[in-house]
Amino acid sequence: MDIAFIVAVFPKLLAGLPLTLLLAVLALAGGGAIALALSGLRASSWVGARIADFYVYVFRGTPLLIQIFLIYYGLAQFPAVRHSVLWPLLREPYVCAVLALMLNDAAYTSEILRGGLRAVSTGAIEAAKVAGMTRLTMLRRIVLPLAFRQALPAYGAEITSMVKATSLASVVTLMEVTGIARAEVSQSYRAIEVFLCAAMIYLVLVTVIARAIQLLEARLSPYRRPALARSPA
Amino acid sequence: MDDAVTLLGFGPEGWGLALLRGGLMTLAISACAFACGLVLGTLSAWAKIAGPPALRRAADTYGVVMRGIPDLLVIYLFYFGGRQLVSAVAQMFGHVGPVEVSGFATGCLAIGLLSGATQAEVLRGAYHAIPEGTLEAARVAGMRHWTMFRRIIAPQALRTALPGLGNQWQSVIKESALVSVTGLVETLRAVTIAANSTELPFLFFLAGGAIYLAITTISGLFFRLAEWRAMRGQPAAKVGG
Repeated sequence: MDIAFIVAVFPKLLAGLPLTLLLAVLALAGGGAIALALSGLRASSWVGARIADFYVYVFRGTPLLIQIFLIYYGLAQFPAVRHSVLWPLLREPYVCAVLALMLNDAAYTSEILRGGLRAVSTGAIEAAKVAGMTRLTMLRRIVLPLAFRQALPAYGAEITSMVKATSLASVVTLMEVTGIARAEVSQSYRAIEVFLCAAMIYLVLVTVIARAIQLLEARLSPYRRPALARSPA
Repeated sequence: MDDAVTLLGFGPEGWGLALLRGGLMTLAISACAFACGLVLGTLSAWAKIAGPPALRRAADTYGVVMRGIPDLLVIYLFYFGGRQLVSAVAQMFGHVGPVEVSGFATGCLAIGLLSGATQAEVLRGAYHAIPEGTLEAARVAGMRHWTMFRRIIAPQALRTALPGLGNQWQSVIKESALVSVTGLVETLRAVTIAANSTELPFLFFLAGGAIYLAITTISGLFFRLAEWRAMRGQPAAKVGG
């Protein structure tokens, strides 16, 4: 191991961190919004629910990489797309990567949301109704906070998995941490050192996020007794 | 539309056979990687449950590290890092020039290692779900470790672990697409080649997506069937929720 080389390569990789984080934040924000829309669609009608199910089935059943390729390379097949006003955007690998990450994240998040909403007890909802809350107040003060807390561990895992998934954006030429590492390796041929450094960056990032989620969860559950076992569902 | 049928078909103009081969390669690499992960997961779960402190810490570290690194980076590390390592060794023996390593083998190892970390958690959870009484009874009956594992622990734990292992199999299939970066011609690589030479990327990536969807759906049904079979005679147990 060449310490001087590692010291030199580390800051170069760190320069990709803002893009990695930006991709993750945009994907999670957009994915969250689409997921909310999906659960609205699911609640709206039988047909809406089937459409939402199909969306989730397709995006969870195929690899993210093929979704990125389909958007980045695939859409260019159609002259209509190439001549549309959106083409300057859809030509950009950055936009395509964010779009694919968003759509993919939405499928997973909507399932997590569904699990969280299902876990809100009927007793809590009945109590809110009896207290005379309107639908919106009930949603804001009872249903969503309870669902959020219930879904937090699963959503935390989704956040970290999205941070890791941003590395796939390097395949469509984006220079985030993995992209820079890949370029660095093709120059220096020192794959082990460079990729281990990049792995270290992700590891620290994911560990910090996972810890933050744990702390938030502990804060939101002051009632939890140590003996209370969580159901595995 | 007719063009699409011809192109995806098995005729002389069609890419059907190439895509089918890609699909079979995806299945092969996923199966190898999953088996690799099951072995690593079992060892790691054992280390966490009953191993000496040093091994337990090693298993915990393995889990944390593997869950904190992007899959793609692990594959890069194994493929390009492996090549670097093998080249260095070859040079020591007087070999000149670059050395190739197998994308299949490094891909299997990388995905197996990633999947093993999660499978360990699934198996550990399943072990803890075994009623303590059955273990005591086995001990009282004088079973040795290996007999107890084979006849008491494994059958009961596997039944509980089946849904979790099914999920892992699905992720392994999806992760196997990343091995295409090593040049191994599995589904994604096969459709990329077809997309480039026909200049119809949407059609072929869509077809690729359909192949993955077919594989995940059909194997999902098999796992559902296996769960149903495993739950026979378990009136109290419920599959899913």
